[in-house]
Order: sequence, then C-alpha cells, then structure tokens
Amino acid sequence: MMRASPARIVLYVISALVLVYLILPVLIIAPISFSSARFLTFPPPSLSLRWYQQYFANPAWMQATQVTLTVALLTVVIATPLGVAAAYAISQSKLRIMRIIHMTLLLPLVVPIIITAVGIFFVYAKVGLVATMPGLVLANVMLGLPYVVISVLAGLQSFDPAQEMVARSLGMNRLRSFFAVTLPQIKSSVVAGGIFAFISAMDETIVALFISGGQYQPLTKRMFTALRDEIDPTIAAISTLMTAASFMLVLLASTRQKKGG
Amino acid sequence: MPTTSVPDPSQKHQRREHALMLALVSPALLVILALIVLPVGWLAWQSVYHDGFTLENYRRVFTEDIYWRSFALTFEISLAVTLIALLLGYPVAYLANSVPKGWSILILALVVLPFWTSVLVRAYAWLALLQRTGVINQFLRYLDVISEPLALVHNTFGTVVATVHILLPFMVLPLYATMQKIPADLMQAGASLGASPSLTFFRVFLPLSMPGVLAGCTMVFVLCLGFYITPELLGGGRTVMVSMLVSRNVELYNQFGAASAVAVVLLVSVLAIFFVVSRFISLDRVLGQK
Repeated sequence: MMRASPARIVLYVISALVLVYLILPVLIIAPISFSSARFLTFPPPSLSLRWYQQYFANPAWMQATQVTLTVALLTVVIATPLGVAAAYAISQSKLRIMRIIHMTLLLPLVVPIIITAVGIFFVYAKVGLVATMPGLVLANVMLGLPYVVISVLAGLQSFDPAQEMVARSLGMNRLRSFFAVTLPQIKSSVVAGGIFAFISAMDETIVALFISGGQYQPLTKRMFTALRDEIDPTIAAISTLMTAASFMLVLLASTRQKKGG
Repeated sequence: MPTTSVPDPSQKHQRREHALMLALVSPALLVILALIVLPVGWLAWQSVYHDGFTLENYRRVFTEDIYWRSFALTFEISLAVTLIALLLGYPVAYLANSVPKGWSILILALVVLPFWTSVLVRAYAWLALLQRTGVINQFLRYLDVISEPLALVHNTFGTVVATVHILLPFMVLPLYATMQKIPADLMQAGASLGASPSLTFFRVFLPLSMPGVLAGCTMVFVLCLGFYITPELLGGGRTVMVSMLVSRNVELYNQFGAASAVAVVLLVSVLAIFFVVSRFISLDRVLGQK
C-alpha cells in the first residue's frame, strides 16, 4: 500500500509519541536509582549506589521484602493446584452450573479492587485475620486464581481429551492418567499461570493497605506509605529491582506459553 | 471397564463424573466465595442494616454534596481517560496491525512492557517526572522555556496522565485483536471500487473495528471507575475519586455504613456497564485481555 502517504507519516509520528509516553516513565526510574542526587538533575551528577545501599541496609525494607516474597511464593504454591483443578473440571464437565462457576472464579477481575479490599477487611476483622500472614496469603490466592484458571483453560483448549481417555482405557486410573498424559502437555500454561499469580501477589497493594499490618506488611504497602509522605529515591532503587524481576518473570512465562499449551 | 448390574450404568457413571468435577472445582470456588462473594455480600448487608433496616446510607450518598461531587468527578475522569486512551491507542493498534509481523510484535511488546510494571512503580515514575522539581520542569527550565515550575501533578492533570498510562494497554490489546480479524481483502475491495484510502478506512475499517473499540473502552472505563492508587498519590487530595471516598470513610471516619453504600453503588455501576456491554459483544472478549 501507499507507504509514504501523508496520512501514513502522521500515523507513524503519533504512534511513536504514544510509545515514548508508554515507555519513558518505566525507563526513567533506573537512572534516578543510580544517581547520587535526590532528584534527576540536569546535567546529571555522578553515579552512585547509595539508594541501593539504603534499601539493603534498612531492616524495615528488608522485612517487607521478605514478607512480599513469602506471600508471593505461598500464593503460587496454593493458587496453582486449585486453579489447575478448577480449570480441568470446567473444561471437562458438561454440567450447566460450570458456566456460572467459571464466571464466579473470574469475579476478582471484575469487582473493583477497592471494594474487594474493604469487604475482606470487614470479614477479616470478624474472624481475626487482620494483620496476619495467613490472611494476607489467602487474599492473594483469591486474587491470583483467575490468572491460573485463564491460563490453564487456554492450555487445555489445545489439548485433545481423547488422549486421556486412551490412557484410561489402557487401565490407568483418572489421577495417574492426568499426571502422566494431560499435565505434561499443559505444563507450560500451568507454569505461566503460576508466574502470573506470583507477579499479581508481588504487586498487590490495595488489599494489603487494608488488611496487613505490624510485621506482616508487604513491600508495596511500605512503598505506598513512603510515596505519600515524601519522595525518597530509595523507592527508585526498589522499583528498578521490582521491574527487573517482573520483566524476567514475564519473559519466562511468555516463552513457556509459546512452547506449547 | 467394570460393569455392574445396576439398571442404567451409564447414568451412575455420569453422576460419579459430575460429583468428581464438582469436587475438583470446589476448593477454588470456596476461596472465591469466602473472599469475594461473602465480603461483597457483607458490604451490601452493612449498607442497609444498622440496628435495623435503613436506607439512610443511600439517602446520604445520593443527596449529600460531597458524595455526589465525587461520583460526578469519577465519571468525568473515567470518561476523559477512556476517550484519551482511545485516541492514543487506536493509531498504535492500527499501525501494529498494518506493519510486517516482526514490527507488530515489537510495537505490542512496547505496549505490554509498562503493563507488567507495578502500578506503584509507575506512580513513582510520574511523580519523579511531573513534580515541581521533577524531570520535566527541570528540563523546561534548563531550556529556558519556563521560569516558574508548572503544576503538573497533585491535581487532576497528573491523575489523568498517569491513569491513561496505566490503562492504555487495556485499550490497545482488544483493538489490535479485533483489527487482526478484519480481512485485508475488504480494504482492497474498497480500493478497487475506487474509494480513497481514507474513505475505505472510515466506511469499511472503522465500523468493523467497533467491537474492539467497545471492548477497550469498557475495560478502560470500568477499571478507571475503581482506581485508587494513582489518584491517591498523584491527585494531591483534591481529586477525590469514589474509591478514595470508600477508603476515607473506613480509615478516617469509621463510617462503615457510608463506605459500604458507596462501594455498593460503585459495584452496581460496574456490573450494569458489563451487563449492557455484554448484550453487544461477548464478555470473554472484554475480560480475556487481562
């Protein structure tokens, strides 16, 4: 088609500007985190690792990091099997109610997170789960489940259930045939779903603002509070590390998803 | 396969199958019921019950000025964000759809990249860019374009800039998915019938991309309605969106009934929008992008 038409050039320019707008803020954080100045100044002053040192030397940040990683890990360990079992049942069952159940499992994506957060806070206050580790993990399992379900269902769509039938007709029981035949073929989407649940738990902020406290405050909650009070470049260092971590995880998840399932 | 002497073995088998599938789905379902259905139900109950049935909370939400203003502001911001996201997102999706595959993968990767950055990290980035001593103000002063720093953040402007940034991928992805399904033959047919490229675009391509427009706009609008972190950190306390109303009623004023009523009205609005949209396009299309 007409590649050099004026309309085409306008399209290129607008798209380029939009992409710069999307990418620039993400990229600006790294230079701030390595700068010796409190703010990004022109001309840029010397490089320094002081904000990273401040992060690693601060016990409060370290404890928050530990909470975040523990919660994210436990979330994956719990949400993945629950999500896989649910996705398997949804894809296999012809029960009518499964459609409703499927929709229900996606509710965490539909209900505005602030409503979920306040609602969980009320329920947790009644049962004494506010400011506890199990409470925090459970909430993140709920929020991560839709990602696992969606990812695994997508994987199961390209899997032929007749294969499992064959294994069963050859004498394997259902459980064994699932682990021997089905799971290896949808492994990629299971791993991808788990990674998404991990990232979701790592980034979750709003529910944590309401239900976490004391020694069980994740990184995001402390970051939020710090950002509200004063802009400290330590957060640039943390942000850079978090961004690098989620990019690596997403890369891992997407190569996984492409490989199969 | 073991056969039994039961009158209808297949029926018994089917019942067992159903029970197994329900057992498999139930742990996940239980978590969702306990942590989202029950809490939201609790909110709804609390909004109408306080030592007896009352509609006082709703009366306040609908008549008191502060609530009304906050809802109006939230809808205005969401509408503005949706329109801006559509205007910025459409060209990008169009370009990604019309270039060779390698380029379109690159464009989409750039769109999705910030999507996987924490919302908090991006709020920090925008603060660093937009504040009085921030990158943009410093740069403009360095170039002598301005003498006084501009108020770019801690207001509605900062909120909108950062919110569009976060929600733009939710616009581009459904648009791109829809555009990809539009057969290129149709454009050629239009051209061969003598239509100019712009006429073909407006008469053929644009109408066919409407399902994507609807899906993207719905997602952006609905997500924006419930936004909390960005307006809280970049709005400077003046841009009180509905979500902030909910959290303030809980955290500052201990007004659980009022918070619940606001939450219920917000939720009903969101569900109503999804319901209306689902009459035109499949909801999977809207939600599947996330």
